[in-house]
Amino acid sequence: MPASATPGTTVKEPPTGAVRARPSRASSGAGRPGLGWAVPGLLFFTLFAIIPMLLVVALSFTSWQGLGLPEWTGGANWSRLWEDPEMRQAIWLSVLLTGLSWLFQTPVALLLGVWAAGTQRNRAVLSAIFFLPLLASSVALALLWKSLLDPNFGLIADIGPYIGFPDGNLLGDPQGAFAAVLFVASWQFIPFHTLLYQGGARQIPKSLYDAAYVDGAGTVRQFFSVTLPQLKNTVITSSVLMVVGALTFFDTVLILTEGGPGTDTTIVPFLMYTTGFDAFDMGYASAIATILVAIATGVSLLLVRLTGFSAMRSTREGM
Amino acid sequence: MRNNLSRRGGRTIAAVTATIVASSVLAACGSSGPEGSGGGDEGTLNVWVYGDASTKVQDEAVKRFNKNSDVKAKLTKVPGDSYQDKLRTAMGTPNAPDVFFNWGGGSIANFVDKDMLVDLTPEFEKDPDLKGAFIDTIVDAGKVNDKYYGVPMRGMQPVILFYNKNVFEKADAEPPQSWEDMLALVDTFKEEGVTPFALAGADAWPELMWVEYLLDRNGGAEVFQRIQDGDSEAWGDPAVLKTAEQIKELVDRGAFGKNYASVNYTEDGASTLFAKDRAAMHLMGSWEYANQKANQPKFAEDGIGWTSFPALPDGEGDPKNVVGNPTNYWSINAKAKEQEAALEFVKTAAEDAYVKDLVANGDVPATSDAEERLKAHDAPQYAEFQYEMVKAAPNFTLSWDQALPSQQAEPMLTNIQKLFNGQLSPKDFVEAMKGL
Repeated sequence: MPASATPGTTVKEPPTGAVRARPSRASSGAGRPGLGWAVPGLLFFTLFAIIPMLLVVALSFTSWQGLGLPEWTGGANWSRLWEDPEMRQAIWLSVLLTGLSWLFQTPVALLLGVWAAGTQRNRAVLSAIFFLPLLASSVALALLWKSLLDPNFGLIADIGPYIGFPDGNLLGDPQGAFAAVLFVASWQFIPFHTLLYQGGARQIPKSLYDAAYVDGAGTVRQFFSVTLPQLKNTVITSSVLMVVGALTFFDTVLILTEGGPGTDTTIVPFLMYTTGFDAFDMGYASAIATILVAIATGVSLLLVRLTGFSAMRSTREGM
Repeated sequence: MRNNLSRRGGRTIAAVTATIVASSVLAACGSSGPEGSGGGDEGTLNVWVYGDASTKVQDEAVKRFNKNSDVKAKLTKVPGDSYQDKLRTAMGTPNAPDVFFNWGGGSIANFVDKDMLVDLTPEFEKDPDLKGAFIDTIVDAGKVNDKYYGVPMRGMQPVILFYNKNVFEKADAEPPQSWEDMLALVDTFKEEGVTPFALAGADAWPELMWVEYLLDRNGGAEVFQRIQDGDSEAWGDPAVLKTAEQIKELVDRGAFGKNYASVNYTEDGASTLFAKDRAAMHLMGSWEYANQKANQPKFAEDGIGWTSFPALPDGEGDPKNVVGNPTNYWSINAKAKEQEAALEFVKTAAEDAYVKDLVANGDVPATSDAEERLKAHDAPQYAEFQYEMVKAAPNFTLSWDQALPSQQAEPMLTNIQKLFNGQLSPKDFVEAMKGL
């Protein structure tokens, strides 16, 4: 496909043989914004993202208790990182949480979103109700779930026996606590992804369904042959957000399980927090943070690359 | 092993980090935070206190102090949960407090290492009235490297074994006097369908209280003292292993029920269980009474009983020893410009009016002559029990998570939680602790 046929692709040169001058305010008038417009944003990004990140990398080679000057310790934190069983467990738990979140959230959000893209009145009302968890703060939600999961006075005391926790000891059980984190996180974020899919599904031209109908496709066939392919880009967007979100997931764990029982829900961001702000081992926490940044960046780049998302190919070519 | 960063590089990193940290602290504190004035200014005294319901006592102290002093004290109430973080990040910056609340021991050990606090030892020696004003064990519990850095400024908080009178009456049982009694009571209450001991095991610190008392009774206060002094081999003391085995015995016997690992203290899970007659006993800090009074006033009035932790068979520790938070302390920043005023201010914690306010607030003051005043306490019997218990104690061990530097305290709490949950055997627990 020639790039110019793709809507939205950046046009690198002026189409005509006009003067090839640097775009300036004088020559382009109210046209495309120049590089100058990006300066405030770049400045902020440098000041509040790049510089702190570089500092964190520097700190990871030191020992610092948050007071006085950091002491240079070379690779001590890094070699400790490879031997630390807690870090290994945290990485495994983070990967597990990310994978399971994706597996669990994507189908639910996709189906809900496509359903909610319909037009009937009751759907609008129901969709609004589905979106409610998205509106409350994570901390408030975690507190709410924590009281529901109180083994003696919460809901879990009544329903526990039916789901394999006869004592209501869900949060005190390694698998139970992990499942609770996964569930609460999904419950909270599915609405957001539903919203993405709803938006995506509404963009699909009705003519495609009409054509499918004429060809004799039923609802299920229409979903797999029209809706799903058309939503490809939405799936990728939603997946990248989901994966990066799950890798950096933190607040629900802090409130709901405090990383427990023991260290069984201590995912990487939580381990970073306790190392830095409870144990005040800033150097080691910085090493963990650096690893986290590297993994999250790597994974999202990989996702974008593998899915061909960077090409931004339209799903509507040839229409 | 550790080389200092080259001086220039180190300074730059520290300066930039300090700027970032300072701006985030300011942002986090919002309008209530310390503004431009900052610590170390002349003519003002910046006082930081842990922000909770008890700060009215400190409010009054500041008012009284400002009436008679040219230097004006300004009280900043830092919201509870984030107190340690904020203090820590502020201490190296110009926004540090001149006088601040702390838990003594390990909670200020890092500051002492960096010479950031005023050594009060000469003052305590010069002014016998000041030292005599407080109970000895409590002043001593706040020491770091054998020097005084803190003046006691809140009520005492020993860990007490509470029991539910209604449940005991129904089971026709008596409060435990010995270890055998405790084990027998576990069986009694299990038969009654009541959890013998309420335990908020979703948090690690209520479990820590059990470990603290058991080790103290098994091996005496000296074992932990050695650990606190930096000898991690002391975790290998046979008393530690015995303690871990007793924990396992209690857990296996069902002393804490089956779902304690899901129960919280802060959301009132354990206390409600205890007050609703579903648990017979609760090992908890003395604040449990105030907590019950706020949430279950009827139970606090006639249902709650208290006793001390019993002696253990063959235990070497004095059964009169107490563990918990002796109290909180005022410490003075070495960089404070108004050193004299700061000293005057911390001394107000020994004054009559201050002690009276503490009692009115429901606290049991750590002053040596508080006995008379306790009649004004709203639960005089409870206050007197607590006061006698602490005064008679040969040793008051500071809660381990406050006594140890935070770099060790965090993994220690995790190991204790794993011991209670059966994820570490008593032997593995000892090994894990030795590795701290």
